Amino acid sequence: MSAFVEVRGGIYRDSVGLLRISRELRERDGVETALVAMATGLNRAMAEGMGFAVPEGAGPGELLVAIRARDDAALEAARQALDAMLAERPAASGGNGDEPPRTVRAAARRGGGNLVLVSVPGEHAFAEALDAVEAGLDVMVFSDNVPVAQEVALKRRAAERGVLVMGPDCGTAIVGGVGLGFANVVRPGPVGVVAASGTGAQQVACLLDHAGVGVSHVLGVGGRDTSAEVGGASTLRALDLLEADPATRLIVVVSKPPAPGVAAEVRRRAAAMATPVVPALLGPGEDDLTTAVEKALRALGAPVPAWPSWPAPPYGDAPRPPKAPRPAPRAPASPPHSPGSAQLNPGSAPHSPGSAPHSPGSAPHSPGSAPHSPGSAPHSLASPPRGPGSAPYGGAGAGVPPYEGVRVPERRGLRGLFAGGTLCAEAELIAREALGEAAGSFTDFGDDAFTRGRPHPMIDPGPRLERLAADADDPACGVLLLDVVLGHAAEEDPAARLAPLVTRARRNGAHVVISLCGARGDPQDLARQARALNDAGAAVFASNAAAARHAALLATPAKTPSPPPAPAPPSPGEPPPGGGPLLGPGPPSAPGPGGG
Amino acid sequence: MFGQEPRVITVGAAVLGEALDRQAVPRTAVEWRPPLDGTREAVARVLADPRHAPANRVAVERLLNARPVLMDVCPAREALGLGGGEFLHAGPPIGWERASGPLRGALIGAALYEGLAATPEEAGRLLERGAARWEPCHGHRAVGPMAGVVSPSMWVAEVRDAEGGGTAYCSLNEGLGRVLRYGAYGPEVIGRLRWMSEVLGPALREAVRAYSGDRGPLDLRNLMAQALQMGDELHNRNRAATSLLIRELAPYLAQRPRAREVLEFVHGNDHFFLNLAMAAAKASADAARDVPGSSLVVAMARNGTDFGVQLSGTGDRWFTAPAGTPDGLYLGSYGPADANPDIGDSTITETAGLGGFAMAAAPAIVRFVGGEVGDALAATRRMYEITFSEHPAYQIPILGFRGTPAGIDAVMIARTGLLPVVNTGIAGRVAGTGQVGAGLVEPPAAAFAQAVTALAEAVPSQEG
Repeated sequence: MSAFVEVRGGIYRDSVGLLRISRELRERDGVETALVAMATGLNRAMAEGMGFAVPEGAGPGELLVAIRARDDAALEAARQALDAMLAERPAASGGNGDEPPRTVRAAARRGGGNLVLVSVPGEHAFAEALDAVEAGLDVMVFSDNVPVAQEVALKRRAAERGVLVMGPDCGTAIVGGVGLGFANVVRPGPVGVVAASGTGAQQVACLLDHAGVGVSHVLGVGGRDTSAEVGGASTLRALDLLEADPATRLIVVVSKPPAPGVAAEVRRRAAAMATPVVPALLGPGEDDLTTAVEKALRALGAPVPAWPSWPAPPYGDAPRPPKAPRPAPRAPASPPHSPGSAQLNPGSAPHSPGSAPHSPGSAPHSPGSAPHSPGSAPHSLASPPRGPGSAPYGGAGAGVPPYEGVRVPERRGLRGLFAGGTLCAEAELIAREALGEAAGSFTDFGDDAFTRGRPHPMIDPGPRLERLAADADDPACGVLLLDVVLGHAAEEDPAARLAPLVTRARRNGAHVVISLCGARGDPQDLARQARALNDAGAAVFASNAAAARHAALLATPAKTPSPPPAPAPPSPGEPPPGGGPLLGPGPPSAPGPGGG
Repeated sequence: MFGQEPRVITVGAAVLGEALDRQAVPRTAVEWRPPLDGTREAVARVLADPRHAPANRVAVERLLNARPVLMDVCPAREALGLGGGEFLHAGPPIGWERASGPLRGALIGAALYEGLAATPEEAGRLLERGAARWEPCHGHRAVGPMAGVVSPSMWVAEVRDAEGGGTAYCSLNEGLGRVLRYGAYGPEVIGRLRWMSEVLGPALREAVRAYSGDRGPLDLRNLMAQALQMGDELHNRNRAATSLLIRELAPYLAQRPRAREVLEFVHGNDHFFLNLAMAAAKASADAARDVPGSSLVVAMARNGTDFGVQLSGTGDRWFTAPAGTPDGLYLGSYGPADANPDIGDSTITETAGLGGFAMAAAPAIVRFVGGEVGDALAATRRMYEITFSEHPAYQIPILGFRGTPAGIDAVMIARTGLLPVVNTGIAGRVAGTGQVGAGLVEPPAAAFAQAVTALAEAVPSQEG
């Protein structure tokens, strides 16, 4: 016999409706008795008379649910049936139910929430967002294409009402553990993130998660917040909110290149705060996001791990067909790994943290192992073993027949095709530093120009896939750099549609480098996505900066035959580089391509 | 913002809402639709006007706080300063050429009643050549049901807003069937009008003045609040309010000559109170006029050809579009082909949060005006979407004594596309016919779209 008693707040149903629900539950097979009623004195006494232990303090404004059933299965089925009945909407003509609200104003007036998420087309977003502000509710405006004058007006009003406007064009936020918009499933923790950048915030949160460190809140503020017109209104307010939040011990501020005045104001505000602030304000000479995350980790006394990466098979080696059995164990068999690179492949047994020790120095970082044990940091800094038997990545002729016609790439032109604006900006900065004018072209498919009248590329990858297909066949394009962003609301299986195009580009002689922004908890299965893209022939990096450096390196015109030699291992105490023309010695740096 | 478990209101892309559902986050989904055609920029401009929200608060407060009381009953000549050959009519301004059958009929009847012509034909010619002048009631602090024609010799009720001090007038209700306001002008119509000015008007005046002397002016707000709880919505059902009114006045009428005639007339006309409800609503709505920046609707009125709207923030300007034809039930052998387009100032009741907006209070007439009880409840509930507030005094028992949806926001009409629910009588389209039915009518969206556009044009250009 299994029993279940619960008091639910926030639900009110009339007694007749509840009598019907109670009766339907009692009539279910396996249910001995059931009472669903408002927790009035009378109903509590009745439940006790039926042998249920009613929790103290339940009041008439709460719903009392008491079910006794033959076994757990019947009980669970009854609970599900109850939930379904409580969720039922009255028939359209039945006058007892509220019709759904038609505006945020109406929803707010009904007490429908304490936070608002607006994602109507940008030209209509102002009215809905303003409703939230006027109702005194914090609001995230996911919509883009909102005129800047409306953004300014909205934020001015928000300042008067003391609420936070996240956006417009705010792709991500995590508030109180709830992911809004595109949000990765990351662990809770001490780092607050303020981001005038959607994918920048995602990158930071995901890297922190890889390092075993969680976030308190991620407050997106919209990509234009740090522009001169908007003046950092929401950035500054978000900083104040996090400063006052006891769960936040450190703050990372992320922005695409901000207006100089705004950057200065943010730094000024940050300097006056008790909570340490790590800026990640992208720009020439500024830290990249990965570096900023590493600084944050050090400030928290947390170890800096090797960022996961999955090197591409070397040229001359065909992309592995997706269904081929996986070579295992894989990590030790990947000599082209640069020092510090790590495997993320929970699917292969040897990588699990508890498994038998790997050869020293090659132990892959498992992002799932939280908290990161301090002892695990140094191993990633050591050189991987390079021994015999390092096939199948050991170079041409390592056992897998090359595709006919596959050329060792001579093509150099770098093209960045991004869904994430900040990831695009960061990558472009890094490529320009490395390559100057030869950095190639970078396209942000999430830019307003591409999203007018159609969904964001993280939801609808169509336009980017079309471009990728064209570039894959374009002899002028030698290196393709892409981002793949996982998390709530993003495409269910981005690798499925990308992989064939990756393979096509490879066959045509181009390199494909992918920045994979995701966390272990994401619904798309980070490891599976990485594997699929890697199997298709792409070099995959969890760090966008590492991916960009790798791509820049591949695109670097060189007299010496490609690929360049693997970098020397870093000295452990050395801070990571802020980004250099070539692979830096730091832990986040990318692996060189195969054959080293 | 971090203190509480997030409960999220979502509006827009379903995929983002579903992502919250997968996280088991409590969520209210807004059923959003694009705004009325051509209003997007105007809506944004009006909302961005810093005067807008405070202006609406002021205007709505005046509307809701208005306390209409019955002051007097007197001839229109005295009350409204109407001279010979001057008439008032319902709705926005209109000339003879475009005037509908019922309006023409009522003007003909008024000309006959005032002795300007001996026959309907003569009256018609006189009106056609411009020998008489007519202007909207609304411009003269007055309202009139259906054709709404008021002539100098007719008697009108004077209602004062005891809170804001404004005054409003409405003619006395003639009853149903073949009556002037529905465009009928036969001898029985003219005869009844004569009796009303000779017997009914003076008797009511004495009674109302005596009542006021004893007990202060009759509080119409209280009376209407009671009537709503007795099944009236105060546009198409006024039975309870009429009974309450006559119960209050009866002691002061009983001593007057011909009291029995007066009491029987009122008893025989379940809509007698409608005109007082209209004057009360007009006094309330006028209190909210002329607040710059406000999108509150202060008048909705029809002349049988056009439906007109006025906003608090746009002064006396009318925004008009063709009036719709009501959908409803017809008397006798009449049918939709006999119906004239929507007519009358009685939409002032909806403007003040009564009538169709209070439909849920009047289950007795839901079949007459639309369908099932559930439809009435849904109609009232829907109106909360486009109103600023809930009326503090006018409450609906079946909705848990929730206040009626009051204070129509033209911006919300534009944003949601939800149009005010209007209960109405249906006039015959041919002059002289009278009432042919009653039902519901949908106002034209274009009138509200124009009003919002004009309000946007009136927004001063913003600095910085």
